[in-house]
This record gives sequence, structure tokens and C-alpha cells, in this order.
Amino acid sequence: MSKNRTTRASLYGTATVATLALGLTACGGGSGGGSASSGTWDKSATVNIGSLYEPQNLDNTAGGGQGVTEALNGNVYEGLFKLTDDGKVEKLLAQNHEVSKDGLTYTFTLRDGVKFHSGKELTSADVKYSLEKVIADDSQSARKSNLEIVKDIATPDAKTVKVTLSKKSISFVYNLSYVWIINSEAKDLKTTEDGTGPYKLAKWTRGSALSLDRFAGYWGDAAANKKVVFHYYKDASALNNALLTNAVDVVTSEQSPDALEQFKSNKNYKVNDGDSTTKLLLAFNDKAKPFTDVKVRQAVSAAIDDKKLLESVWGGYGKLIGSMVPPTDPWYEDLTDVNAYDVTKAKKLLSEAGYAKGFSFTLDTPNYDPHPTAATFIKSQLAKVGITVKINTITPDEWYTKVYKNRDFTATLQEHVNDRDLVWYGNPDFYWGYDDKQVTQWVEQAEEASTTEEQTELLKKVNRKTAEDAASDWLYLYPQIVVASSKLSGYPVNGLNSQFYAYDIKKKG
Amino acid sequence: MGRYLLRRLAFLLVSLALASVVLFVLLRLLPGDPANALTSVGASPEQIAAARHSIGSDRPLPEQFTHWLGQLTSGDLGTSFVSSLPVGPEVSARLNVTVPLTLAAFVLAVVIAVPVGFVAAYKRHTWYGAVLSGISQLGIAVPVFWLGMILIAVFALNAGWLPSGGFPQDGWDAPAEAVRSLVLPVVTIALVMGASLIRYVRSATLDVLGSDYLRTARALGASFPRAMWRHGLRNASVPVISILGIELASTLLGAVVVESVYALPGLGSLLATGIAQHDYPVVQGVLFVSTLAVLLIGFAADLVQRIIDPRLRGRLSGGAR
Repeated sequence: MSKNRTTRASLYGTATVATLALGLTACGGGSGGGSASSGTWDKSATVNIGSLYEPQNLDNTAGGGQGVTEALNGNVYEGLFKLTDDGKVEKLLAQNHEVSKDGLTYTFTLRDGVKFHSGKELTSADVKYSLEKVIADDSQSARKSNLEIVKDIATPDAKTVKVTLSKKSISFVYNLSYVWIINSEAKDLKTTEDGTGPYKLAKWTRGSALSLDRFAGYWGDAAANKKVVFHYYKDASALNNALLTNAVDVVTSEQSPDALEQFKSNKNYKVNDGDSTTKLLLAFNDKAKPFTDVKVRQAVSAAIDDKKLLESVWGGYGKLIGSMVPPTDPWYEDLTDVNAYDVTKAKKLLSEAGYAKGFSFTLDTPNYDPHPTAATFIKSQLAKVGITVKINTITPDEWYTKVYKNRDFTATLQEHVNDRDLVWYGNPDFYWGYDDKQVTQWVEQAEEASTTEEQTELLKKVNRKTAEDAASDWLYLYPQIVVASSKLSGYPVNGLNSQFYAYDIKKKG
Repeated sequence: MGRYLLRRLAFLLVSLALASVVLFVLLRLLPGDPANALTSVGASPEQIAAARHSIGSDRPLPEQFTHWLGQLTSGDLGTSFVSSLPVGPEVSARLNVTVPLTLAAFVLAVVIAVPVGFVAAYKRHTWYGAVLSGISQLGIAVPVFWLGMILIAVFALNAGWLPSGGFPQDGWDAPAEAVRSLVLPVVTIALVMGASLIRYVRSATLDVLGSDYLRTARALGASFPRAMWRHGLRNASVPVISILGIELASTLLGAVVVESVYALPGLGSLLATGIAQHDYPVVQGVLFVSTLAVLLIGFAADLVQRIIDPRLRGRLSGGAR
């Protein structure tokens, strides 16, 4: 029973954080991983995918959640651009795009011969409709706040869309990869669909499965398989059993490291250790004593052996990160040496900060895995430098209200799932209260940069500065573990921001 | 009998009404705000207020309650906060799994428990009578999820005879598959339920075996099977039937564990998700339908008892004298 309870709690947690994550910023995505297959594959295969993330409904602007992104993004719906599994932005329904000199007007030319599943041809009116749907008042889209800079959308002809922004935004094109292009005449989008992707929806049985059929009228390369079925599980062990009995061919995201051994030691399965974008943070309240003091934050960061923690939680999986930036973000730099584990240094910093005898603080800890484990670990690590940690276990709801909304905390644990969410350190009003004028300015300049090189350069500075300031302690980067039957190839391994492109998946007969 | 039925119906309606009030109030007493599930972390107070408004959770409780009651009387279970899809069709889709699961388990449990319980009582002085009693004791102590895990390990993972979980996407349109996927869950519930039923059947049989009327019947020349058939079974079944009613109801409500172990899209798993997401309409809908089912089962058990035992007809009804 306890196993079930834990799973349920962590599911809820994941869901909360997914929402969180969506709010936090940015994006991700990609396709085309897995091992390269040799030999032939079955072009009329059905690929069974096991997942813990069932869609709430099928509309990603109406609270469909993480599950709807996983199943439909790129598979059923396409954007003007797509994010590949390694984090690059590529053209998809946009044939071309031009940016005006002042960086405020984007002109997109649409690809020819694109048809919706209903048979209607894609026009600029559909693009306008889809964008407006995301920024509408009642939209619950994760992209909404990023796209509120859209001032005007014009459609001079059926193939051209002209978008004017109220201010420059280098991330605009990247954000567009999250906007599904939907038939403007489509109805009932919560239970049906009308997209342009390589699959059309066959059937959605709530609580159980969602199946997609290869779309014969697809404009691009046809999907490598005939049908995919997403099977939904609430319990990780039920999901693993399904994989062991061949009821599913692949698990999109393995959440229990304990279960991996049985797959690792079996040549019928392949365990893929991808890069996620989910960071486990010990977030200080940088506006609350004693964490107002840089030295205290550095000391705490240096006193915790992240490697040992990662090892105990995830075994050999996952990565250490020295900042908020995962390797799939363009401005990634290995900063694990900054404030690396060093107890002597930690003690020295503490005495410099006037806490030679240590201090005590309360750590607000979400009640689902891995937070309680991490909290206990941190407590024992910090005890060695004289710091006493009081663990206060709270529910995701309480976290949201107490920590996120009311900022009533000293330090907390939380996972942040999105890519490109370093920029939150530029917002002094964010819950962790990091406030550095220079960083805020860099983040703003980066967004208004004219080239991605310029943007990257500025965000690298932000990266380094926040790491040196120990704005938070980034404990580790979660692994993204896709476990698949060795008959499969071509599946995404990084699954950035819950995307799971299924159209390249090849299954041997 | 007609007046009795009317009384029972009135009792049912009053119970339902009371249950709906309790349900509604208790849910609102739980900590947490459903609007949290609808807004992202970056949400402004205005957005949260808008979310509350859109689901109506900003309205006064009595108003929300009468609104819900109004919907109920027209057969509408409302709309989920989280998915914004209607709850009614969802609940009935889930019943397609939970009801066959519960009923099949129930029937199997009875089929196991009645003969075993009888033998355990009648042959209580023999070694196998004792063994049967012992096994039933053991069965009661076994947690459902553990038994489920063992059965999965043996029959699905090792033998590969049956699926380890899930339900076909086509549901009962794929009858063979649907039945296959319910075999292990049904057996799991039936074994646990059967074990406790055996004890009741055994003790009811023991009462009958020691009764004066059975001895009298035997003394008047009836053979044991004949005496048992004419007098014993009837008397033994009265207490057992009320237990059966309770067992059936609790299995329906307790299906959540089995549904979770076997990843079945039933009512129980819908309830669990609803609670986690503060999705009041879903939780209310599921619990309301379950309450109705439990009341109906109680009613049916009562009715069957009255048919079997004429003495009961004088009681409860007040009208049949």
C-alpha cells in the first residue's frame, strides 16, 4: 500500500510541478533518439507506449496538462517551428520567416500542401486563430505570458502571416514551437482534434488509452509506424509490469530507479539515460536571513555533497549541475566547480559570515519523492558544519500557497522542470527573491538581443553570476530515462518538456 | 409489501439527501484550493480569481450546493474542474469496468465460500475441516494489494498466461480481451472476500447444526440432507445474506486498491485522481453514485432476507401484520 500511496503522491507532485514548470518559462522538445536499428522494420507496426501522464483533456490551451503535450505535440498537432529532442529550433509549418530591422515584425510564409486531418487546407487564418487562442483571456496555455507581447497579427494572403510585437523578443520563434496550429473551424477540441501532424487521433478512452493512426494525407514523410497507442498508468510498478509482459514497447519516463535493474540486466530491453531539464533545487529565500548573505549561501552549497545525494537517489543516473542550466539549453556551461563540495571552505565561509558556530533554519519540504530523502540528506550534511536543519514537510498545495505565493519560507526544496528557465533569476519578484540589478538587466537585454549569439553570450553571464552568487543550490539534474524494448529504435531519449515524438519509431517485426 | 417498498424508497431518498449534504460539506472542509490545479505557478491573483470564477468555487457554499443538487435531479453530475469535461459519461464509462469486476468477484467468492464454509462447519472435527478454517483465517489477513502483486508475479510475469494489468481500449467491444484482463483482479478480490465469507457461512451453519429445529426434524425421520435442505439452509442463509450485502458494498468501494494494482480504469481510480486534484465534481459524482449503489445493495439484501424468512416481514414494515 505504501508503494501505491507514494506513487500517487509523487504523481500529484509531478503534475503540480508540470504546471509549475509551464508557468516558469520556456520550452524544449525533440525527436529522433534511440539506438539506430539495423535491418528491416515493420512499417505497419503498432507501437505501444506506456506513460504516467494521461491528458486531462485534448486542448493544450484549456488545461490539458503535461500528458496532452506528450501524446499530441508534434504527433497530431504541429507548430510553425519545432523543438528537436536535443533542444534545437527547426522550421516545421513555416517555410520561411523574416524579421524586420527593428526586430518587431515577423513575417512567416507557410509551407505548401499542408492539410488538416479533416481535409481542409492550412491557411494563414488558421495560424492567426491558433495564436489568438493561446493568448486569449481564458487560455491556460503555458506560453500565454511569453506571447503576450504579440500586438497584431495580419494575414495579407493565405500563405503569409505577419506578426507585430510590442517589444523585441529573441525567444519568439522558440516560443512559437509551442503553439499548435489548429483548424480555425474545428469544434470540440477537448475531446477531438484537427491538426496537421503525421498522426490523427483514432480514439481516446479516458483513464485508459489514447491511440493515433498514421495520417495518409500528411505533407511530410509518413510516420515509420502505422499506429501508436499511449497506455496510461497511475502506478509505476504497474507500468513496469506492462513493459515486462510486452503490453507496452516503451516507457516514456521511468520514475523509479529501483525498477531499472531488471531491465538493465535483460538484453530484451534498452535503458536510455537522456538529459532531462528537471533540476532539483535547494532554493534559499534570498530575502530572508541568513540567506541574504552570499557567503552563507555559498557555504551551504559547498557543504552538501551533491554527488553522493544523486548516487543515493538515482544510482548511476542523472547529472550534477552547477547552475540552473541543463546541457540542452544553448547557454550551458559546466559550472560544477563553482561552490563545489568542500567542507573546509564551507566552514571558513561560515565564520567569515559571522556564523562560526552555525545557525539553524527550517527547510520546507514537499511530501513526495525525492524531497523527503533529499531533506534528510541535507540535514545530515549541514550538521557537519554546525548548521541545524528543521525539516517541515508540506503538501504541494501548501507549498504553492506558503512558499510560492506568500514567500513565507527560509529555504525550500523543489524541482523545476522547464528548459531555459534560468531567466527567472532576472525577476526579483520571483519566489526565491534573488535580486541583482546586473542580472536583471542581462536577462532583459538577452530577450531583446538581435542574434541568438548575443542572447547566448548574455545568458552565459547570467549563468555564471548566479552560480557564483549561489542564488540557489542546484542539487542535481534528473535523469530522463526511457526504457524500451530492444526491438524499437528512433524514439526520443531526452523528452524535453514532456514531448514524445512517435513518428520516427521503428519496430522490428 | 407495497407499503414496505414505499417506506424503503422514502428511506433511500432521505439517506441519499443526507449523504449528499455530508459529501458536499466534507469536501469543502478539505485543505487546498481547486484553482491551484488550474493555474500555473506564474499565475497572478487575478488569474487565480478568474479560475475560481470559471469553476464557480467563488460562489457561496449554499449556492454551489443548490446548483449541484439542481444538476443531480436532472441526472447531470456536473463538469470536472480539471478537464472541463462532463462527469456523468466518465462515471458510467468507469462503471463498465468496476461493476463487472465487483459482481464477478462477488459471485466467485460466494461460489467458493458457501460449500467450503459448510464443509468447514460440518466436518469441523476432522483434519480438513480445521485446515479449511485455518486457510480462511489466513485469507482474511492477506492485504489485497499484496495478493494482487503475487498473482501478477506468478500468472503474468512468470507464466505469461494473463495480462499484468490494464483494460483493452475498446472495452467490452473486445470481449475476450476484456474478460482476460479481469481474470486476475476478480480472483484477487474473490479470494480475499471469499476468505471472510467462509467464516460467516461456517458460523451460520454451526448455529443451524446445533439448533433444536434441525434436531426435531431429524427426530421426525428426515434424513440429514433433507433436514438441511428444508430447514437448515434457509435459516443459515438469513445472516449470511446481510453479510453478503455488506461485502458487496465494501468491495465496490474498496475496488480502488485492486484497480490501482491492475491499472484498471474503474471508478476507484477515477476517485483517487479526483481527490488528488481537488476535482470536487468528480469526487462528488463518484461518491454519490457509490452511495446510491450501496443503499440499493442494502435494500436488495433486505428484500431477499424478507422473502426467505417470513418472520422478518412483520418487522421493519409495520404494515404486513
